[in-house]
Amino acid sequence: MERFEDAALLTGQGRFLDDLPTAPGTSHAAILRSPHAHAEIISIDVARAEALAGAYAVVTGAEAKSWSEPFLVGVKQPMEHWCVATDRVRYVGEPVAIVAAESRYIAEDALALIDVEYRVLPAVVDVMAAMAPNAPVLHPDVGANLINERKFKYGDPAAAFAEASHIVRASLRYPRNSCTPIECFALVAEYLAAEKTYDVLANFQGPYALHPVMARALKVTGSHLRLRTPADSGGSFGVKQAIFPYIVAMALVSRKAARPVKWVEDRLEHLLAASSATGRISNIAAAVAADGTIQALELEQIEDCGAYLRAPEPASLYRMHGVLTGAYDIPHLAVTNRIVLTNRTPSGLNRGFGGPQVYFALERLMQRIAAELDLDPLDVIQRNLVPAARFPYRAAAGAILDSGDYQACVNQALDEGGLAALRIRRDEARAKGRHYGIGFAAAIEPSISNMGYITTVMMPEERRKAGPKDGAVSTASIAIDPLGAVIVTADSIPQGQGHRTVLAQVAADALGLRPQQITVNLEHDTQKDGWSIAAGNYSSRFAGAVAGTVHLAATRLSERLAEISARQLNVDAADIILSGGRLYARGNPDNSLSFGRVAGAGHWSPATLPEEMPPGMRETASWSPDQLTAPGEDDRINGSAAYGFIFDFCGVEIDETTGRVRIDKYVTMHDAGRRLNPALVDGQIRGAFAHAVGAALYEELAYGEDGSFLTGTFADYLVPTACEIPELLILHRDSKTDATPLGAKGVGEGNCMSTPVCLANAVADALSLEDVALPMTPARLAAHLHGAERPPADTRPDAATVPATGKGRGLAGSGASLVSAPPEQVWRMVLDPDTLAAIIPGCESMERLGENTYRATAVIRIGPIRGRFRAEIKLSELDAPRGLTLSGSAVGPLGSGAGSGRVRLTAEADGTRVSYDYSAEIGGKVAAVGGRMIDGAARILISEFFKRLANMAGGSAGEKNSLWQKIAQPLGLSR
Amino acid sequence: MKPAPFDFVLSDSLEEALAVLTEAGEDARILAGGQTLTPMLNMRLVEPAVLIDISGLHALDYIRCENGYIEVGAATTQVAVETWPDLPSQAPLLAQALPHVGHFQTRNRGTVCGSLAFADPSAELPLCLALLEGEVMLQSSARRRVVKAADFQLGMLSTARQGDEMIIAARFPVAEAGAGYAFTEMALRHGDFALAAVAVMASAGRLRVAVGGVADRPLARNYPADLGGDALDDALNELAWDLAAADDHHATARYRRELVRRLGRQTVEEALTCRA
Repeated sequence: MERFEDAALLTGQGRFLDDLPTAPGTSHAAILRSPHAHAEIISIDVARAEALAGAYAVVTGAEAKSWSEPFLVGVKQPMEHWCVATDRVRYVGEPVAIVAAESRYIAEDALALIDVEYRVLPAVVDVMAAMAPNAPVLHPDVGANLINERKFKYGDPAAAFAEASHIVRASLRYPRNSCTPIECFALVAEYLAAEKTYDVLANFQGPYALHPVMARALKVTGSHLRLRTPADSGGSFGVKQAIFPYIVAMALVSRKAARPVKWVEDRLEHLLAASSATGRISNIAAAVAADGTIQALELEQIEDCGAYLRAPEPASLYRMHGVLTGAYDIPHLAVTNRIVLTNRTPSGLNRGFGGPQVYFALERLMQRIAAELDLDPLDVIQRNLVPAARFPYRAAAGAILDSGDYQACVNQALDEGGLAALRIRRDEARAKGRHYGIGFAAAIEPSISNMGYITTVMMPEERRKAGPKDGAVSTASIAIDPLGAVIVTADSIPQGQGHRTVLAQVAADALGLRPQQITVNLEHDTQKDGWSIAAGNYSSRFAGAVAGTVHLAATRLSERLAEISARQLNVDAADIILSGGRLYARGNPDNSLSFGRVAGAGHWSPATLPEEMPPGMRETASWSPDQLTAPGEDDRINGSAAYGFIFDFCGVEIDETTGRVRIDKYVTMHDAGRRLNPALVDGQIRGAFAHAVGAALYEELAYGEDGSFLTGTFADYLVPTACEIPELLILHRDSKTDATPLGAKGVGEGNCMSTPVCLANAVADALSLEDVALPMTPARLAAHLHGAERPPADTRPDAATVPATGKGRGLAGSGASLVSAPPEQVWRMVLDPDTLAAIIPGCESMERLGENTYRATAVIRIGPIRGRFRAEIKLSELDAPRGLTLSGSAVGPLGSGAGSGRVRLTAEADGTRVSYDYSAEIGGKVAAVGGRMIDGAARILISEFFKRLANMAGGSAGEKNSLWQKIAQPLGLSR
Repeated sequence: MKPAPFDFVLSDSLEEALAVLTEAGEDARILAGGQTLTPMLNMRLVEPAVLIDISGLHALDYIRCENGYIEVGAATTQVAVETWPDLPSQAPLLAQALPHVGHFQTRNRGTVCGSLAFADPSAELPLCLALLEGEVMLQSSARRRVVKAADFQLGMLSTARQGDEMIIAARFPVAEAGAGYAFTEMALRHGDFALAAVAVMASAGRLRVAVGGVADRPLARNYPADLGGDALDDALNELAWDLAAADDHHATARYRRELVRRLGRQTVEEALTCRA
């Protein structure tokens, strides 16, 4: 069966937001973003930008403060998150000002005309450093970066640990990554002044619990924020949840510009500032019997939510809370959760949402248990799985695992996936000295999130005060028109998965029609369509909740049609069959009526309808799973309506020369309940697997220690392509469940949870590693393969001074140059402002701010790249004529930099030896997109400075032509 | 991600292009395939006053084999060279290296000379030019000069090209009879910038090794033709250290040095097996 979506998508007729027509006069927005990870905003001057021809309006924190409020969030602390920075920026890329202009080109031109004065503050990007006593604090009123800590105890973990024969521990760090949809954020916002209503069309994906958050931020009732979604959205994977602050910001821009404003996020903006999965440190321990039976778990989770806790966070930490014991029957559990803010992009929804972090810890621990107790890792998994007889199974922290037979799934996977053959393959490879390993992982894939799980972060007494939150309401409508055509609408907000196809199938099944006869329109409008806070495209809610609700609506309609036709056919309604576009009595297909005729009665002749049947022909169904109750007094929470099961195993080989991982074989077994469309299920599994391979081997949103962002393009943020994704074997074993109307469970995220750790376990097996860090890059793995490094034949100054910091865009270097003038003369030159101006590369103007302090404007060129920077330069620690410290900072449209260098002058026979060492940090755009180039670029600039100094001093002491060589040699610039 | 305003000149002739270049100098940029320049324009890393499009200059779209050189015009795409029937016999090194240059789609538009002009330290074509001791032909309205590879690429994105000059052709020496050529690259994904790339020529008279992706530009060295065994490892170790590798978030300096040693050895051995 073909997907109904594909004909349009494959012929370029998709209706994505940027394809849609806009109203005449629509303006285009561009955003000025912070180049600093942490800084106070001293002043913003937008006068020149506003004066630019074609620029309509500039919005800054001032407008945000007068027309909006900070966003609401589930953890109450004195911290404010505005849609545009007000007095302080807390991550690189945070919006500082927004320009609306006639075109995006002019808007971007205007950005360069906005002058922002910052006072740079120390930044903290490491979550452990952020909790240290002297760490820079992001939100001063909170007083610390640890904004929430909760401890939970289920059963008696302390006793279990005290009595355990073995305790196995592991510490893991899950990096920041993101699923990077191919279409970035896009929206058109318009303030309808006469209606006092913000009308926004955006490729938002839900959850619609954020609609009240946006309406409150805009200081309007929900009905005055009309939010519509386009027909097509180019992927989301959770990420497009994070467009919501921009919806608010652009609503304000349209209000100020008094015209519609369109904004399409570009890739640099997206990677820099859209969203990220949370980074997490997990310290996990198990109390284990000698045979590998786990009696208790202890888990400490430290969550990096970035610069602001942004709704629905801290959901990443609590989505999996009820099922922290995974697929295992572990009665005792202790949990400590810490939520920490750092100078990184705020976190948000991302495929797998909390699952990858949890299973990376839990399933690595399973492998460590096997390694430490000398057991087979597969045995440890199998021994602890929830037994089939125990379903529905109540997990220690509250999840109600609805159905499954985990042992049967594992056995089927081992058999059909060929584990025995894989083990032979491993043994043969190892016999040849190759690095081959096998990994396993078991995971529970939750679907249809309980709207109340986030309140687990609150103490029970706080929850009592706030009132209960629970459930997951889904809404769908089916209408049959006067000629019998069927139209389905629902609150699923698809982003390319094929929801229309599945809903057509589901409705067609109930109505006795062909799927091709059903029209499904999933464009959504909060003023006109049914929705509740759980609406949207997340938590794998589609198959269970949305399709289930459509099924309920369709079933009600089919019952109505049966009742109408029963009267005309003189049979019982219970005996009416809907099939092939007709309604007929069971056993007598000739006694039939056409579907259109029966359905049309509701429109053409309501008087003929059975008593008490409403006129027209429309059914709206709303459904919420009964099993989703609010967290109890005991903090137990059933976080999701349904729980699927995944069991993966794989074989990998690591190349001795390069450290590269090759996935030799990958088997994934799923129990997702009833599969509504098997091809789409397998498509979801393949997609999640590809994302997971990215997370395991390639992807990390990297930051320098100063908070500069380093992966602003797809040349640095490495999403695997078709070339990097191996074939995988997908297996199924479907269990029956009553958890959802159709017996379907979600399947969209599972491999994002199981695959990274399965691959990590295989790599650990191949290289006998205790600790595995993600992503498992060749350089990281090679460090385990290549042993101690061979030194150079001679000790050389170059080698010694090559920075080996590994801290990203922090640069350091040194060099020397011979100048044919005595030290005193060189000294006077450096201290003379005019000379200094002449030797600073590209210096256009320089003014004295104070004693040995200057402000300069310089145009810096590296090859074709050119950027104007405003710099402050200071000479200090003067030791005439022997040495001084030159320090400075620069900021411009290309980014920012700060650094200092010690310059030493030594008298030599024919002049002065000028030697120097420097360290610098580069941030902003140039660090984000040009990371590979920055070291070389800095070296060019610094050598240029000394070349000019030497020239000013009358040339170098040696042959003039070789001056460049003399400077360049120690810098590695020459051969 | 929209470029800053610029004037656009779609050149009808080389003379016109050079005249505009003479007038605008450093404020002008040549657009040939645009596979690097266009994204840089969009990110506003480059903001030229004038963009001179030479992609339609058919006179510069050629591959010629004469005087011992394969001469490639400035408008010639990488794919044109990659699919040139004589490539495997005339320039086996380029035949091995070209598939590593970006992706097939980018090679359809990207030009050989554009890659040399941009002087990316990780780019494959400058590495090949350095190993083969090729030349770059520079032309301005006033003069024409030929610059050797070693004198052309000066550092990170920096070349000896003057503001009024454009590269009109690159000249790769035709393969020496009996010599073996090999190219190896380690990139994180297919088509990525090399963490390290090694090109080797093994002729009767010498062994020549060049490394890209590690230093600020390709570095090439000559060794005795019979270098092997421990002496080869010693030489590659010195070469690895001489490149002054730096850490970045993709790989450590140490990893890059290790690639130079290990891929270096592999590539030399491969070239030697191809030597007649």
